[in-house]
Formats: sequence, C-alpha cells, structure tokens
Amino acid sequence: MHRVSRLMVATAAASLALGACKKKPTPAPAPAPAAPAPKPEPRPTPPPAPRDTMEEYRTKVAAARAVLLETIYFDYDADELREEARASLDAKLRLLNANPGLSIRVAGHCDERGSDEYNIALGRRRAEAAKRYLTDRGIDGSRIATASFGREQPASTGASEEAWSKNRRDEFEITAGGDALRPAP
Amino acid sequence: MALLSAATAAGAQERQPGVSIGLQYRVGQKSTLLVLPIAGPAGDSVAAMLTRDFDYSDRFTVVAPSAVPPVTGALNYGLVSRLGVDGVVQVVLRPTGGLRVQLHDVGKKAVVQEREVPLPTPVLSGAWRMAVHGVADLVEEWIVGQRGIAQTRIAFTRGGRVWLVDSDGANVTPVTASGMSPQWLPSGRGLVYSVLDGTRNPIMTTDLATGTQRILIAGSGVEHTTPAVSPDGRLLVFARGTDVGTDLYAQLLEGGTPRRITVGRGRASVQPSFSPDGQRLVFMSDRSGRQEVYIGDVDGTNVELLTTGVFGDRDYRAGPDWSPDGRLVAFQSRNGGTFQIMTINLRDQSVRQVTNEGRNDDPSWAPDSRHLVVTRSFDGVRHLWVVDTETGRTRQLTRGAESRLAAWSPRLSTP
Repeated sequence: MHRVSRLMVATAAASLALGACKKKPTPAPAPAPAAPAPKPEPRPTPPPAPRDTMEEYRTKVAAARAVLLETIYFDYDADELREEARASLDAKLRLLNANPGLSIRVAGHCDERGSDEYNIALGRRRAEAAKRYLTDRGIDGSRIATASFGREQPASTGASEEAWSKNRRDEFEITAGGDALRPAP
Repeated sequence: MALLSAATAAGAQERQPGVSIGLQYRVGQKSTLLVLPIAGPAGDSVAAMLTRDFDYSDRFTVVAPSAVPPVTGALNYGLVSRLGVDGVVQVVLRPTGGLRVQLHDVGKKAVVQEREVPLPTPVLSGAWRMAVHGVADLVEEWIVGQRGIAQTRIAFTRGGRVWLVDSDGANVTPVTASGMSPQWLPSGRGLVYSVLDGTRNPIMTTDLATGTQRILIAGSGVEHTTPAVSPDGRLLVFARGTDVGTDLYAQLLEGGTPRRITVGRGRASVQPSFSPDGQRLVFMSDRSGRQEVYIGDVDGTNVELLTTGVFGDRDYRAGPDWSPDGRLVAFQSRNGGTFQIMTINLRDQSVRQVTNEGRNDDPSWAPDSRHLVVTRSFDGVRHLWVVDTETGRTRQLTRGAESRLAAWSPRLSTP
C-alpha cells in the first residue's frame, strides 16, 4: 500500500510536471497535492466567482446585456437626460469599464409631432447627449457610435401621448465585444 | 368689349401676357370652358384629362361635356353661349397618334387658336399623359397668357422610398429603392434626395430618364438631410448632423468639398430653399431656442429671422419654400396646437394663413406660385393635398399608403 501510494504520488507528480510543461516553458515541478490535479488547460472565459453556478453566471451576463440594451426616454422636444436615463447610463458605464472590448451604438429617435426633417436633427442631439454622458466619464468616443432616425422608426404607432412618449428615445445596441460580456464587479 | 388686336383666325401665335385672345380674362374672374367629347378610342381619356386640368387650374369654370349634345359639323355657338360658355376646346385625335386642338371663342363665334400636337406612344402611358397635360397648359396659355401647371409631377416620400405622382393624381410610380425628402433638379430631369440608413446616410441624385443614381455626399456617423439645388443647377445645399449640431453646407452639385454656411453652435439648421435668383436661402433653425424660419444669403451671411411671430401661437415654424416668382415664402406654423400653412410676403412682411383644417406640413410651390402641395393629416395618416392659395380650395392628391415630404416639379416639357 505504501509502495502503491508512492507510485501514485510519483505518477501524479509526473503528470503534473507534464501538464505544467504544456503551459509554461520552464516549469518547476509542483509538489504533489493531496487533492486531484487541476485540469491542465484553462477555460476560454475567466472562471466564475466563487459559489456562482454556471446558470447564475449566465443570468448575470444576460442581465448585463439587458442593461446595455435598455432604452432611455426623453421629454417632448428635449435632449436633456432624465434621472432614469442617467441611472441607466451609469449602469452602462460600469459595464463599459468592465469590458474594454465592448463597443455600442446609440440611435436617437423622436415622436411624430414636429417637423419630420427637423426630427432627424433632434434625434442626433438625443444620441449625442447619451454619448457625451459616457465620454465625459472616461469612455473613449471611438467605442460609441451614434445615429439618428428622426421619427422614421417609431416604437409605437398612434397619436397619443402614450405612443409619443415611447418614441422619444435612445436605443442601444452592442456592436463589438458582446460575446465575451462580463458582468460588472 | 376690348379684344386683342392680335386675335385673328386659327394659327395666331402672338398674344399679350395676362390678356386673353377673344376670351375675357380678368384676375379673380373665371372664364367658362367646355371640352367637347372627342371621338376615337382614347377620346374619352383625353377629354376627361383636359376637363380635370382646367378645373384643377382654378382659373376656369368647366362645363361637363355631357351637358352638350355631340357635335356633328359646325359648332353651335348659340347653344353653348346659352350655357354660359366662353371658350370651347375641340380636339381631334389623329390616326398617327397626335391630335389637333382648337380653341373657339364663343363670343366671336370663331376658332381663335389651333395647333397640331404630337403625342408619344403608347397611348395612356406616363409620357402620353404628360403630353396631353401639355395640351391643357397650352390652351391655358392661349386664354390667360401663362402656361398652366398640368404638365408637372410631384415627388414625394412613401414607405421609405421616393415616388412620383402626376399633377392630376395619376401615375403613382416609385423611383428609388430608398429615400426621402426629394427635391427637383431645375431641369426637371432628375431629383436629389436623402437616404437615412443609419450608417452613411447619403444624399443621392437620380436621373428620371435613365434611372441612374449617384451619391453626392455620404459619411459615417453623420446625417445628410434636406438637400436642395440652386436654380442654376450648380449648387447643392444640405443639412449635416454631427456631434456639434446640424448645419447647412454647400457644395458644387458635380462634386467637391462641402463648405459650412451656418454655425449653429449645437443647434439645428435644416430645410434650405433657394430664392429664384439663387442668391438667398430660407431655412428652418432652432438657434433662438424656438423653431423658426430664417432668411439669408447663400454664403451664410446676412441671416435674419423671417417669421417674427406676430400671429397666434409662437412655438414652432418649419418647412419653408420660396415661391418661384420670388414674392412669397410658404411655411408651416403651429397655431392653436396644430400646423397650418402660412405665406409671408417678402415685400411687405404680410402673413396669410392658407389652410385651416387638419395638420399641414412641408408646403411646396407649384410653378405658378399660386398652388401648393402640402402634407395633410386628419387622424394621423398623412396624404398629399393641393391647395390653391388664392381661393383656399383643396384637393386630395394621393390615397392609400401614407405620403409626405413632397416637392412640385418645374414645368416639364414634352420629351
């Protein structure tokens, strides 16, 4: 038994050394652990925090994506950011900081009450307002593309304040780095 | 009864502007016209089109052809005179495909104008219809001294594409795969328009005869909107939306570097419209904090507020269009909660309201500087309507799918 355990230890040490060789050019033989050896190759994504199951992690990533894609809304004929818009942008800011490879696009939209052609300019102001909020807080401008669709792509049809309020908005989409999204710490 | 000395038998070409040959024409009064029934397979179509064109000109009272028995032989002037008719339009369709049009002066009991007009084939095609409209315009010129506007088309936006419709509402045709805010090249042979695709947002031009399209300007992350071409066809002015606001830029239509002509400092200047001499622009801007119409030189200097708001609601004015005769600027103004079309006289600054129902946007002048096409909606669905600024008469031009952002062509010559 004693001999067998030494053999096991030797084998474990050898495989550990071999595993270590695949990873590093000059490996130092690691001491034989009592527990089973860790896998030789790392996962493509960083390991989850302790105690997160994969399902919990996926939920967090989905929530992060939802935060990034969350629409923000505006008052009539205005491009000022409301409280809720700032909160949403703050959450997007944390994710942009946690994901250096992440790029997004902001598209500004309007309701149909003003001049159709002027609304394209207003939509641009709305997109720029969101972008400026983020760049003022350190995000590089090259990571935030902007566009305006004026009133040409309403979220809601109809001539009521309920419909109009849903159309005065900035919409967000992820243009790069969405596959490897990490939740903010 | 003052008759023009130049009025003679059929074939007379001379006329004095504003005074009819034979038929009395006074501003504000309408001559009564009758279009005789026309023999031949396309006769009904021609007669109906001419009758409508005279009616739509708002310069004539038109007697329905059915009020008169068919004419065989000489025209019974006494009979038509008792119907109150001043002028009779008689058309004969030629086997070769053209037609002869004669204008009878009922008071003189004689034909006072006559012309052979060739017509393109096939019959009832768009080109054929435009040529028939040209006949109506010719008759109108004989009577009132100014060519009519029947031989025109209106470009507009529907379903994210640019379309055309004839002045009488017929021949609705898409002309681009995508686009909005069309304006005409002064030759009438093409359009400029913008494409809002969220990527490079180009301004394009299209040739209506060949269908070829060309990008005039494009760029990532900016919008290019509301293009307009100078009356001499050389200059393109458009609005460019960037992170520092939306400003008007000018460049040569054939290509070149755009030059900024407004400095909005974060605000928006859009919707340029040229004066007929090409020296000045009107446009819409919110630089004062409110949406208003401004006027200035084409290089961006000497800009002044045009809509000084002496009327009603003061909170929103847009969509200016300079009349071809240079006298008036039409625009939309929010009065009492909804947009109506107003005109301002550039000489004395007097303002008139020319619509009073529904919501009305984006007026565009017809070549007669009297009719406008506007976008009107009553319950949200927008359609093009023609408005006669002299009488207030309105006529719905498009039906079915939503239509908006229209531009009236110059007079189109027969191809």
